[in-house]
Amino acid sequence: MIEALIKFLCAIVWFLLLSLYLTWAERKESAVMQDRVGANRANFFGFRILGLFQPLADAIKMMTKEDFTPAFSKRFLHNLAPFLSFFFVAVTISTIPFGSHLMIGGKEFRLQVIDLNVGILFVLALLALSIYGVILSGWVSNNRWTLLGGLRGSAQLISYEVALGLSLIGIIMVFPSLKFSEIVGFQSELLFGWLPKWGVFLQPLGLIIFLMAAMAESERVPFDLPEGESEIVGFFTEYGGLKYGLYMFTDFMKVLIIACLLTTLFFGGYHVPWLYADGFHFPWGGDWLLPHGIVVLFQVIMFNLKVFFFCWLQILIRWTYPRFRYDQLMDFGWKFLIPLSLFNIAATAVLMSL
Amino acid sequence: MAVFLFILLSLTCIGSILGMILSKNQAHSALYLILAFVCTGGLFGLMSAPFIAAVQIIIYAGAIMVLFIFVIMMIDIRKGLSPERKKWILYPSLGIGLVLIIELIFILSNTLVPSKAGTIESFGSPKTLGKVLFTKYLYPFEITSVLIIAALVGAIVLVKKKEEK
Repeated sequence: MIEALIKFLCAIVWFLLLSLYLTWAERKESAVMQDRVGANRANFFGFRILGLFQPLADAIKMMTKEDFTPAFSKRFLHNLAPFLSFFFVAVTISTIPFGSHLMIGGKEFRLQVIDLNVGILFVLALLALSIYGVILSGWVSNNRWTLLGGLRGSAQLISYEVALGLSLIGIIMVFPSLKFSEIVGFQSELLFGWLPKWGVFLQPLGLIIFLMAAMAESERVPFDLPEGESEIVGFFTEYGGLKYGLYMFTDFMKVLIIACLLTTLFFGGYHVPWLYADGFHFPWGGDWLLPHGIVVLFQVIMFNLKVFFFCWLQILIRWTYPRFRYDQLMDFGWKFLIPLSLFNIAATAVLMSL
Repeated sequence: MAVFLFILLSLTCIGSILGMILSKNQAHSALYLILAFVCTGGLFGLMSAPFIAAVQIIIYAGAIMVLFIFVIMMIDIRKGLSPERKKWILYPSLGIGLVLIIELIFILSNTLVPSKAGTIESFGSPKTLGKVLFTKYLYPFEITSVLIIAALVGAIVLVKKKEEK
């Protein structure tokens, strides 16, 4: 009980801190792409350090702003909606494995908060529930345009959830388990004796579908119709201060959780190529034996590097492409991604039965 | 711990169902129903049926109720039924409710006695469930899927605009 609590605290602190600094990373990366300097004014006694204090300054700004509830809206539901969105995304981190086992004094600690039997479905269920934050905020703000924004947003989210779920069926077929730890375990095997058996090599099409559907779930450009800050009225127009900040923060948390899922399901999770419990065994011969602690450290570092890479990739995509039109968005989801994922399932089944 | 969770979940479930029936605002009713579905999912999880728990939450709370809320929020029915129609609906629904309760008592009277066998640990796992669905209950399963497809196609046909002649 206490062990699980400590693990959960570590995981959630990692999650929230990285999401906070993802805002910084996004600002800097977009600045580099657009030939700007980016946020660098926030300082602490004159120390700027590349603007690393900017997220903290943003947080203080959000917290000190007026928390406004529009007239005629239901105060309780209005307060509840952003927390629903935030909570369900925040809890998903508890299923992600950060490493295999850590042995301390003869006791084994799994570097994962809870290893559920149906980990993948649990994550999908929580993401499905986080839709209520969107639809509820649109309705409870008592504003016709936010209502339309909420409906538009939730329609997009439930449409792409179908493709998201279907794209994962291929992975479940290849690695016959719904447990994250077992899926990562299967990926530590080798193909042809040298290639790591990662999901990306067995399910390339599934990876593409998953990436696109997941980016739509994170509500960012090119799929940012729920929000569309600059042109169209989104679902959180009537929110201010910290509650608006929670919605914005949830988006970054979704980016991070998508990076975690991509890493765990398609890129071997914490698994380092050719690293086993006792050290490296290279396929071209030659061993490099390592003590247990170093192996676990390598795994955790590898997991973090992969996650950073996918965060970087998502920010890159977000600042490269223009937004879809709404009918294009729906066509893309229903007429392209879903048939493609069904084809992926059929093709996987045929290939596996050969 | 499990007993405490069970009591918490079942009380929340019953409370939210009552809230659903008693609340005047349709959108609030729908929200209460979602809470009830989530609690039911939690109860399935406690009974070592994690697959059914997850599917319950994904399908009912995550997909079906979103569509319910969609319709309720778009149409925004404030008034509800007129008093004369309410009277008409009251008596039949009381009768149907009574029949349902009697049926439930008949079904549950067998299961309330603690069974000797106990539950098998893996009875709700995806593997067991899938095997049972595709062997023992194959025909009911397939017939249900045909029914659902028929309903889907029917809905699309009804909604589709008629072509002008």
